[in-house]
Amino acid sequence: MTYTGRFRVWRGDAEGGALHDYEVEVNEGEVVLDVLHRLQATQTPDLAVRWNCKAGKCGSCSAEIDGRPRLLCMTRMSAFAPDDVVTVTPMRTFPVLRDLVTDVSFNYAKAREVPSFSPPADLAPGEYRMQQVDVERSQEFRKCIECFLCQDVCHVVRDHEENKEAFSGPRFLIRIAELEMHPLDVADRVDAAQDEHGLGRCNITKCCTEVCPEGIKITDNALIPMKERVAGRRYDPLVWLGRTISRRR
Amino acid sequence: MTATAGGVDAPGRAEVGARTLRTDRWWLAPAATAVGLLAFVVYGGVRTFQQQYFFADERYLTPFYSPCVSLGCASEPGAAHFGMFLPDHPLIPYAALSLPFLLGFRLTCYYYRKAYYRSFWLSPPACAVPEPHAQYSGETRFPLILQNVHRYFFYVAVLVSLVNTYDALVAFRHPTDGFVVGVGNLVLLVNVALLWLYTVSCHSCRHVMGGRLTHFSKHPVRYRLWTWISVLNTRHMLFAWVTLGTLVLTDLYVALVAAGTITDFRILGAGGM
Repeated sequence: MTYTGRFRVWRGDAEGGALHDYEVEVNEGEVVLDVLHRLQATQTPDLAVRWNCKAGKCGSCSAEIDGRPRLLCMTRMSAFAPDDVVTVTPMRTFPVLRDLVTDVSFNYAKAREVPSFSPPADLAPGEYRMQQVDVERSQEFRKCIECFLCQDVCHVVRDHEENKEAFSGPRFLIRIAELEMHPLDVADRVDAAQDEHGLGRCNITKCCTEVCPEGIKITDNALIPMKERVAGRRYDPLVWLGRTISRRR
Repeated sequence: MTATAGGVDAPGRAEVGARTLRTDRWWLAPAATAVGLLAFVVYGGVRTFQQQYFFADERYLTPFYSPCVSLGCASEPGAAHFGMFLPDHPLIPYAALSLPFLLGFRLTCYYYRKAYYRSFWLSPPACAVPEPHAQYSGETRFPLILQNVHRYFFYVAVLVSLVNTYDALVAFRHPTDGFVVGVGNLVLLVNVALLWLYTVSCHSCRHVMGGRLTHFSKHPVRYRLWTWISVLNTRHMLFAWVTLGTLVLTDLYVALVAAGTITDFRILGAGGM
């Protein structure tokens, strides 16, 4: 089925901008990114939109569709009725560069603050041996495509610009969880998660999990287990007692 | 509700103007959650302090009064399975030994935290909908840093679940009729089974049983336990709501039988089929 869809697309830059109305042809099987490309090709050749793989694997085309953080290439037009007005804006947590393109360098700065994989000193590359059962949990987090939708939706930084310094966001807290749960990583990630990356600011309202296009259970499998490790380290007397007894033996 | 300073309107971000552009009924889930939680709190509060109709047919003890350790429990001989030592006072619940911990267990539960942060504190009310607060420190300061004590409450909740299990089992024995099975027994059993599912599906339980390990391969039994609890954990929200419902229904059943409004139907034993 082909119809003329109605769209509102945010256009502008850091100096200002507004939602502009467009009418664009929509064909069966298309996604929002297809329609934006047609808009570029037919009406607005200067429309800025970041994209790459069109397969939900590169994480480039993150934006907000009807106010919800989504990948443009993974949002099917069949999800909307033909008379719906589809509103597309850039991610609202990061500074806008132009139109639908934002400056996500906040995330790269946070990525650099997470120390890399730290294997035992007595193991040389090529000597790493791990059992699948031990690395499965970490592998879930390796599915992350770094679309930064979880960072965009997280109210800790979305609604509070001042928290950006103290809070690394769900994407990098799952990176810390991935390394903390890795059988060969010897670095201590627990205190760093709480003190340097702001894990305590997360109030586990699960929006990061809701928007993850890879279906990573960010809250249940990474953030809460990390909070539990922090609680075990700092707040659980039974764990403390058990550790003390085992140390004496 | 004021706009969030420095939030989606912060300098440099796209000037969209509207607080949210969501077109769905995003307010429905937090509103329904608030109504559900408030209804439970009101019902639970009334029943906890009613101090009547908590023991029926000389064997059914409602979970809201278990363990019945107040001197007031003497009004219902057989209700106090673990002695009576707390003073009988209108403001002291008969189960004052367990209720504060069960309340703490639910208040600090990772699911309920999400539920009430969204529905009552609006932090955030829904995803990509701005919260009304000018500042936010999450669970880093008092009082919310106390959410980290969830594990203590889990340990106590396990003990209370054992007590509830005991209550459900001794309810099969009537003081004069011996072994009997009534509809109330089934109600108590279903309730306690679901309470166990809610308790063991807890995130803290998942962590304690095996989640804290880095090498599952060295602990196959704990890995198996963690795997089972992980399956249950995916339904923790479901169990959280279902057990609120079964607690109310179980208590209501016991109260109605105790008040003589309905009669407990006996399936087996004296007076049964």
